[in-house]
Amino acid sequence: MRQVYMDYAATTPPLPEVVEAMLPYLDEKRVFGNPSSLHSFGQEARAAVEEARAKVAALINADPREIVFTSGGTESDNFALHGVLYANKDKKDHIITTKIEHSAILAPCRFLEKQGFKVTYLNVDKDGLVDPEEVKAAITDKTALVSIMHANNEIGTIEPIAEIAKLLNGKGVYFHTDAVQTVGQINVDVKELGVDLLSASAHKFYGPKGAGFLYIKKGTRMKAFMLGGEQEQRRRGSTENVPGIMGMGKACEIAKIDLPNRIKHLTDLRDKLSQGLLKIIPDIHLNGHPTKRLPKNVDVSVQFIEGESMLLNLDLEGIAVSTGSACSSSTLEPSHVLLAIGKPPEEAHGSIRFTLGRLNTEADVDYVLDIFPKIVEKLRAMSPLVRRK
Amino acid sequence: MTMKTIYFDYNATTPIGPEVLKEMLPYLKKHYGNPSSSHIIGKAAKEGVEKARQRVANLLGCEISEIIFTSGGSEANNIALKGVAEILKAKGNHIITSQIEHPAIINPCKYLERKGFNVTYLPVDQYGMVDPDDVKKTITPKTILITIMHANNEVGTIQPIADIGKIARKHGILFHSDAAQTIGKIETKVEKLKVDLLSIAGHKFYAPKGVGVLYIRKGTKLEPLIHGAGHESGRRAGTENVASIVGLGKAAKIAGKDLNKYRGQVFELREKLYHGIIDKVERLKLNGHPIKRLPNTLNLSFAGVDSEGMLAKMKNIALSTGSACHAGHKEPSKVLLAMGVEPNLALGAVRFSLGKYNTQREIDQIISILSGLINKIRRKKL
Repeated sequence: MRQVYMDYAATTPPLPEVVEAMLPYLDEKRVFGNPSSLHSFGQEARAAVEEARAKVAALINADPREIVFTSGGTESDNFALHGVLYANKDKKDHIITTKIEHSAILAPCRFLEKQGFKVTYLNVDKDGLVDPEEVKAAITDKTALVSIMHANNEIGTIEPIAEIAKLLNGKGVYFHTDAVQTVGQINVDVKELGVDLLSASAHKFYGPKGAGFLYIKKGTRMKAFMLGGEQEQRRRGSTENVPGIMGMGKACEIAKIDLPNRIKHLTDLRDKLSQGLLKIIPDIHLNGHPTKRLPKNVDVSVQFIEGESMLLNLDLEGIAVSTGSACSSSTLEPSHVLLAIGKPPEEAHGSIRFTLGRLNTEADVDYVLDIFPKIVEKLRAMSPLVRRK
Repeated sequence: MTMKTIYFDYNATTPIGPEVLKEMLPYLKKHYGNPSSSHIIGKAAKEGVEKARQRVANLLGCEISEIIFTSGGSEANNIALKGVAEILKAKGNHIITSQIEHPAIINPCKYLERKGFNVTYLPVDQYGMVDPDDVKKTITPKTILITIMHANNEVGTIQPIADIGKIARKHGILFHSDAAQTIGKIETKVEKLKVDLLSIAGHKFYAPKGVGVLYIRKGTKLEPLIHGAGHESGRRAGTENVASIVGLGKAAKIAGKDLNKYRGQVFELREKLYHGIIDKVERLKLNGHPIKRLPNTLNLSFAGVDSEGMLAKMKNIALSTGSACHAGHKEPSKVLLAMGVEPNLALGAVRFSLGKYNTQREIDQIISILSGLINKIRRKKL
């Protein structure tokens, strides 16, 4: 059976070059030292980690000293929120974010609310866009941090980060963006975006799982989140995940070169897939912004049937996709993102996300366009909701 | 003559075992799915994670539901301390620990002090041993957590964890132990140790860096440190580091299976090293407990020697003066000071930590190089 992986927003297979770059650091006969050790074993590992840091910094146009390695995007998001809030809590206690953030932002926000901080969750429009003017209007003299994702993981909408940054300029408010879905996938330049903090996760752009980073603009008042040794300029105490960092460095290096190709390849496939689906299947809607969207993302609501049933049937045909975000796929709650863009719960339940990646081909898209409409037809034939219509 | 570099710093980190790497590779290549995905590619990754969880549970003698994976020992310690403090803050605000804990315990404790908690840092005796009676005497109605490391990273002293655990249980107080240094070196069955929480770091027992474990005894409630989606039964958010978790699982299996063999092998080499050095070098002091000590660890203070300067001269031998995490300052080790070692002698401390790849030949080489160097340094000073 044909295997088609179209769940690249959940995770990506590490590039062969990435695995290759990690191997010396996984090999007992090569570099295994602790980067904090002063002897040659340690210093060899230290030098490698710093080389990787430079590659990460180059991808997002930052200074290497502004990069702190973490265990992934979720830790980076937690670190950003806690770090800024606790460092500035003598004067400020307010966070502004949106209703469509990843749970790696929403869950720490809810925790911080329990600790006495105040959080404003902004609405988005029907396409999932945040209105920069609403961000501006929500700012008070107590606002310490604005955190708005660069692009949404479910519906792929790209937020007007640079525009928001301009409105925040001079307001004494730190600006964080969760760029887990964009780093290595579209152009991410911290200076163009105008952000103070940016989270990324290696496994979303062909690096390994368990490695991520937080960009912290020079001068940002931050507290450490992971407390231990003096690693990462005392901003994250824990022995560095050397192989993971090396893999991420390589993934960044390749992304920088390969980015235009990636965008072109995926945009072509995406448009073919979404146009095909919308043409072939009746009562189907594309979720997210029609143009301001990730090149990889096709998220659709198929009326009268359940996302879970579609997923299961696609899986049986060798097609791997997702309903909502992978992290919440085990819960049967309707997606908070789809509810926030105004979808009624029954339509939110009928959503399915195709996210494309480097190994997908036109033939894969053709396969999906052949199989998926048949599945929809089959499920709809069994659905009591169709008859009601 | 060029000499191969010799590694005697296994307490800082260990190389990844070849069998461990072999099990990891498919999860970096073929089984790349996200364990949270419901499709077949996600399920394959999930199976790898769950198999590893079973292996860790076997090593610790606990249930799989009591194991969560973390990014390392430091994170496990942070979760345990901050997580308990947050959940039990209404009940009390007192924490008991020791003066010789790793920075991944000391620093979260200091953070909690700034948040209004009271922390008692228990002293240790000349061997680096915590007295269970001191723990008992320090308990107040406000005590919510006791955290004492299983064995010290610098001097190797093994703490009377089971005795302290008994006291903690009698008083209904949660008990955590940082076992980063003991996995694979001595027995670490949680029921014998009577702990409620236990931290593990993969890279200290031939698993990769960037992965660890927190054992959470059934019924123990913790506020998560990293909040997000519902990974690890809602106790640690973040996509699982699948390949490294698989590696840690394999290393745990080997650690359990080879424990006696390993213990005997490194102990024998360490004793040869110790006796070889005392035969040739005078005016030295053994730091740590003479018997209740990790089988691989030897910490010696050489009078009149600046150990950091000396190690810098031994380019081909990887040794440490203290723990790797705070290498880089010329300050006497806090652990040694807590044991009452004179500052001057503390500055002359060298930690030898052996591992499964050390050989008799390497022991002979280091004895000869080190004793020659120390005697030379001392002659120059005279």
